Amino acid sequence: MKSLFILIGWCCLWVVPVWAGPTQTILEGYRAAGAGDFSAARGQALYHKSFPGENPHEQRQCITCHHKDPKQPGQHPKTGKRIPPLAPSADPARLQDPAHVEKWFERNCTWTVGRSCTPQEKGDFLTFLLAL
Amino acid sequence: MNTLQKWLGPVLFCTCLGGGLTLGWSATTDLNKKRSSEVAVLQNALYDQECGSCHFAYQPGWLPARSWDKIMTGLKDHFGENATLAAEPQRQLTDWLRVHAADHAQGGKIQKMVRSIPAQATPIRITEIPYFQKEHRKLPLRTWKENPQVRSLSHCATCHPQAKEGSFDEHAVRIPNFGPWKD
Repeated sequence: MKSLFILIGWCCLWVVPVWAGPTQTILEGYRAAGAGDFSAARGQALYHKSFPGENPHEQRQCITCHHKDPKQPGQHPKTGKRIPPLAPSADPARLQDPAHVEKWFERNCTWTVGRSCTPQEKGDFLTFLLAL
Repeated sequence: MNTLQKWLGPVLFCTCLGGGLTLGWSATTDLNKKRSSEVAVLQNALYDQECGSCHFAYQPGWLPARSWDKIMTGLKDHFGENATLAAEPQRQLTDWLRVHAADHAQGGKIQKMVRSIPAQATPIRITEIPYFQKEHRKLPLRTWKENPQVRSLSHCATCHPQAKEGSFDEHAVRIPNFGPWKD
């Protein structure tokens, strides 16, 4: 019985780094692309920052679609479709697939910020989400 | 006793086979029946992921192939949003939508829908189709357009609880703030 607990404990030691694996790989990719240290505070500021939209009075933010608390589900403003929470602590499937992460950064940065996000911005953003 | 043992096996086999065939036949018939009055539900994880992340994953049977072509070649401005796809998913989804489009519907709502579209028209909104408009014409604006929980008739699943399963039966309709709809 004792050896079983030791075995379970041993497995748990490995589960945490393996679980965080794909996101760490994504962050390393941004560092390799020239980003410096990442900051959750900068990521949070970006999450709430407003950018001018196409219409004169339109403001676009991440929280136009995502919930102001990334642990809560958001909603597409036009279609009403539920958007699962962004924080991996609330939705473990989040940030596990690098291609999925890049696709949505590209699509949503283009819509919200009006350009692609930099590796630094993307790394800060993910660091903010991982800290929740 | 020997005779009983000799025949028991084959008799049981035939009974099971017969029962199985009957069950299988009735299930197929029910499925066909359902599909003739509703829209076919097709599983496509790529479609659910690429299109269904932002809006209700409208079944391909709701629009003719020419409409899907127009939508898929205009994703850069997809109802005001950039919804462009990578080349491979773009090709796969366009092919899939074309193959399962409304054009070849046999009977049921889908055939009525596709027949109501003028030959020269290529609607890119299901809500523009004459049959769709006829089916929803009696709904007062306060039940949808002025209803903060509905706002648009394009939000199928808001009032049709089984929309995802391809069922749009009006008896199942539940309008938020209003409840069932009696025509």
